Amino acid sequence: MLGNALLLAFRELRRNVMRSILTMLGIIIGVASVITLVTLGNGATRQVTQQIASLGSNLMMISVGKRTGPGQMSGAEAFKIADAEALLHEIPELAAVAPVASSATTAIFANENWSTNVTGSTDAFFPVSNQQIAQGRLFTASEARVGAALCIIGQTVATKLFALQNPLGNRIRLQKISCEVIGVLLSKGQSTMGSDQDDLIVIPLRTFQRRIAGNQDVNLIKVSVKDGVDADLVKRDIERIMRTRRHLASNEENNFNVLDMKEITAMLTTTTRTMTGLLSAVGAVSLLVGGIGIMNIMLVSVTERTREIGIRLAIGALEREVLLQFLVEAVVLSSFGGLIGIALALTTAIALSGIMQVPFVFEGGIVAIAFLFSASVGIIFGYFPARKAARLDPIEALRHE
Amino acid sequence: MNAEVNQALHQAAPLLELQQVTKIYGKGDAEMHALAGIDLSIYPGEFVAVMGPSGSGKSTCMNILGCLDTPTSGTYLFQGVDVGALNRNQRALLRRHYLGFVFQGFNLLNRTSALENVELPLIYRGSPTQQRRTMAREALRKVGLSDRANHTPGELSGGQQQRVAIARAIVTGPSLLLADEPTGNLDSARSIEIMDLLTAFNRDQGITVVMVTHEPEMAAYARRIVHFKDGLIEADHVSENALTC
Ligand SMILES: Nc1ncnc2c1ncn2[C@@H]1O[C@H](COP(=O)(O)OP(=O)(O)OP(=O)(O)O)[C@@H](O)[C@H]1O
Ligand SMILES: [Mg+2]
Repeated sequence: MLGNALLLAFRELRRNVMRSILTMLGIIIGVASVITLVTLGNGATRQVTQQIASLGSNLMMISVGKRTGPGQMSGAEAFKIADAEALLHEIPELAAVAPVASSATTAIFANENWSTNVTGSTDAFFPVSNQQIAQGRLFTASEARVGAALCIIGQTVATKLFALQNPLGNRIRLQKISCEVIGVLLSKGQSTMGSDQDDLIVIPLRTFQRRIAGNQDVNLIKVSVKDGVDADLVKRDIERIMRTRRHLASNEENNFNVLDMKEITAMLTTTTRTMTGLLSAVGAVSLLVGGIGIMNIMLVSVTERTREIGIRLAIGALEREVLLQFLVEAVVLSSFGGLIGIALALTTAIALSGIMQVPFVFEGGIVAIAFLFSASVGIIFGYFPARKAARLDPIEALRHE
Repeated sequence: MNAEVNQALHQAAPLLELQQVTKIYGKGDAEMHALAGIDLSIYPGEFVAVMGPSGSGKSTCMNILGCLDTPTSGTYLFQGVDVGALNRNQRALLRRHYLGFVFQGFNLLNRTSALENVELPLIYRGSPTQQRRTMAREALRKVGLSDRANHTPGELSGGQQQRVAIARAIVTGPSLLLADEPTGNLDSARSIEIMDLLTAFNRDQGITVVMVTHEPEMAAYARRIVHFKDGLIEADHVSENALTC
């Protein structure tokens, strides 16, 4: 019986190719937009997560100042190296602590100069901020302690100052000091916020404080938390210790700020998820509209084919056979539209992810859901017209012009 | 001799029987007695012509005989089964297995080949594809349209369309063939072809035929003529033609 219904449905749709395609259009667009948006959204989410992970896994950043609003800080007394050391001693859950001081400086080599960011830190800086060496070596703990005139440069600095030359062993001038390039960092590309993560020069913190800044200040402490540790607890410990060290009374607000990268990841991920969800809802609405389109055409088709229905009923078709025939027609229409939509969505998503430079993340689940959804749109919106056809009075139907 | 045949036929159980059947349309003052209490028995193998003025209830009666409609009161027995007690689906199954219809307006499916039209009742009977094809081709051969099997109704003349409709009606080998003015839209030469076919199926396959017609020449093909008037049977007699030959 279902086989017959399918046969009849295909015959009917073949007779009205143009109309069938137009009817499917709503479903095609709906399915295509939902899948495209979800796929691109997933790609964007993955990209954000990857980029944040590249900043350093389990990274927390403690910065100076009171948070006065989103992204705004009021000034406060800087940290000292001793603060970083205290954190490392007192919180066993911390894997590494890197005190950081930095300033914008012009770097000069031969005739080339490039204004960049000079960062002073310890050897812990590299593991904490997930920086790896591409060429040469990192500085040792003792070199850092004595304040040697050494530097490690990012890829951007390397290209700008040295072009095709090998930077290793050359000396670059940073304000009053000249330091030897002992390493080049591996490229990390653009950050989520759009800044170039390869445009930096790292020198030992002591060297930075003595020769460039001329003070003992540390502006930022980067810490990495051991795996499997509750980040919230660690964050609370850091705040407690820093409050004591900075002699804050219990009624005073923090004059420093602890930023957990995991929180940021979660926040950004939720944001992209919400966006994807909202856009998909728009797509789903167009699926609904597509369904109404199918209902409309099926109703027209039932009216047009009243006489045919009369003939079938007179010949001995059962009510449920006529119902099934029209229902199958609607479902064939909508699921066929769904299939075309899926094909369209995947090609569009591949093309767009190329253009937008987000990874293409194929998710079978959403494709299956979209297909099932389009098929059920056919059932839901096809049912009413099909029932109307099945309930026709054969005599009236035969008399219909 | 025909009188004897009729006698023999009437000894068998009737194929169908109408007992005090009425059909009333509308309510109250607008009440319309399309059938005002009909008694009619038709026996297997008969060829009955139904005549009568327009609006006398011929089509109404045919619809009831065809189980497309139910009487307002009275009983309709088809092979002893009370059709009034059947539901919509059961009546559909009865039509599917025992009845064939030929209409004035042909009523073929548009944009569907003659062969597919003839196959249609077999599809609902669930015949396997191969058998269905063979039976449909055979039926088309019997009405002389083997060479038109793949033509759609739009590509066939009126007479040819009515022959396809007859092929569709007899392809299942029904017990009863109901034809409401089958020649109403055809010229006399085409009408004679149709009547020859109906007579042949009645004679050779023993299919009982009940046919409504306005034309005495066509009614003359039948062995029995029933006259309707104002929803009642005015006369019911053996055809003169049948008596003379
Ligand atoms: N569905 C209906 N609703 C109301 N009245 C109807 C309906 N069908 C038929 N009638 C009426 O019943 C009466 C009998 O109609 P019927 O169609 O049986 O006549 P008929 O003998 O077939 O006439 P004709 O020779 O013109 O085909 C007519 O007066 C008609 O108007
Ligand atoms: Mg009539």
